[in-house]
Amino acid sequence: MSDGEEIILRDLNDADLVEQMKDDLYDGMAAEVHEGTQILLERGWDANDVLTEALVEGMRIVGIDFRDGILFVPEVLQCAGAMKAGMELVRPILVATDNKSSLGTYVIGTVKGDIHDIGKNLVGMMLEGAGFEVVDLGINNPVDNYLAAIDKHNPTILGMSALLTTTMPYMGVVIEELDKRGILKNLPVMVGGAPLNQEFADAINATSYGRDAAVSAELAKALVGKNR
Amino acid sequence: MSDSAVRRTGGRQARLGRRARPQEALPVAPESLVTTRANPDGPALVLACGALANEIIALREQLGIADDAMVLHCLPAELHNRPGQIAPRVDAFLTEHRHKYSRVLIGYGDCGTGGALDKVLERHDATRLPHAHCYEFFATTPRFDEITEAEIGSYFVTDFLVRHFDRLVWEGLGLDTRPDLLESYFGNYRDLVYLAQTDTPMLQTKAQEAAERLGLNYVYRKVGFGDLTEAIRGTVDV
Repeated sequence: MSDGEEIILRDLNDADLVEQMKDDLYDGMAAEVHEGTQILLERGWDANDVLTEALVEGMRIVGIDFRDGILFVPEVLQCAGAMKAGMELVRPILVATDNKSSLGTYVIGTVKGDIHDIGKNLVGMMLEGAGFEVVDLGINNPVDNYLAAIDKHNPTILGMSALLTTTMPYMGVVIEELDKRGILKNLPVMVGGAPLNQEFADAINATSYGRDAAVSAELAKALVGKNR
Repeated sequence: MSDSAVRRTGGRQARLGRRARPQEALPVAPESLVTTRANPDGPALVLACGALANEIIALREQLGIADDAMVLHCLPAELHNRPGQIAPRVDAFLTEHRHKYSRVLIGYGDCGTGGALDKVLERHDATRLPHAHCYEFFATTPRFDEITEAEIGSYFVTDFLVRHFDRLVWEGLGLDTRPDLLESYFGNYRDLVYLAQTDTPMLQTKAQEAAERLGLNYVYRKVGFGDLTEAIRGTVDV
């Protein structure tokens, strides 16, 4: 948290400003992250660079500390709010410039029987930051919703989320259906959610398991051959 | 970072600096397996979520279980919001104390551990309460299914969660400082379902207030102790 020091973001050079923005994002300071983003854009930064170097990198650090039990959900949500405040400025520019660096479409949704979407929304935000066009199916999705979205959007990757031990097996139902229809061999499927682990992902034949939002974005990039 | 730049002293480094805190000491437990006439095989251990303490104590009295037949130890109820810590905490306790008890019941469901708790229990020859979480073993499966099928957006609370709503839910989720997060947490819920263990008007009033604060409809279901009763009975073969 800020200790009350008066900081004039415009007085910072680019490198210091980016560092300050990452700290402010970590502290969930939405207005400050918004202002920092505005300043970098005014200084002629490419929107993609602002996104990657300040916002996504800041959120990647948040992801690591969430995984390590240093940050918890309330704090992560505040960080996400701060990242969103920056993305509000960056997103329209990327859209208007017909962003050529799109990594493809990523369809994501919480499975049937499950209404939890905090993790899914964080993943969606990180994927967007990584350069995917994200199609969010929302919550409580039966297999038909996934099939219809695959048909409509021809995604590069499909992602499924579940928070409950009781609903996570439904991911296996969807994957089985994709396999039956011959879709699975051409469509990587990522799964994630608090009670999942690699062992479960392997057991249901998922392509990969995203332990947290930041890792999911990195894995998704790897799946399309665009990892750093 | 240039020397001249003025920066806030927040961010990750500040957080890490604030983080170190002393570990709480484990409570004293019997040093060795003690047999008595009430339980000739030695005492059973119930290692439970603190949210179940009152109910297990009430059941012990109701079922007539002697004090030396069953030892109750509770882990902090705050783990409800930190499920990743449940299995390691149970593992640490059993590693140190398992040999003192003839049998062990873990007073948790899966509770969001994604099977990690079950792996710990296998190693220590212990069992746990049935079902994924306390809501289902209090309500029992048919009633739980009936409620969730009628309204998938059901947010469950028990006597304990109603009593400690401010600390565990409101403050536990950071809503005391960031009420704007309410929509992120509860936007998909429709009902607050109070699965009551006891018939306590004060708790019903508190539950209704909690529903209002969360912007949810209030539903009251008196379910009692549900499957917890048989699980405790089975621990000591009453």
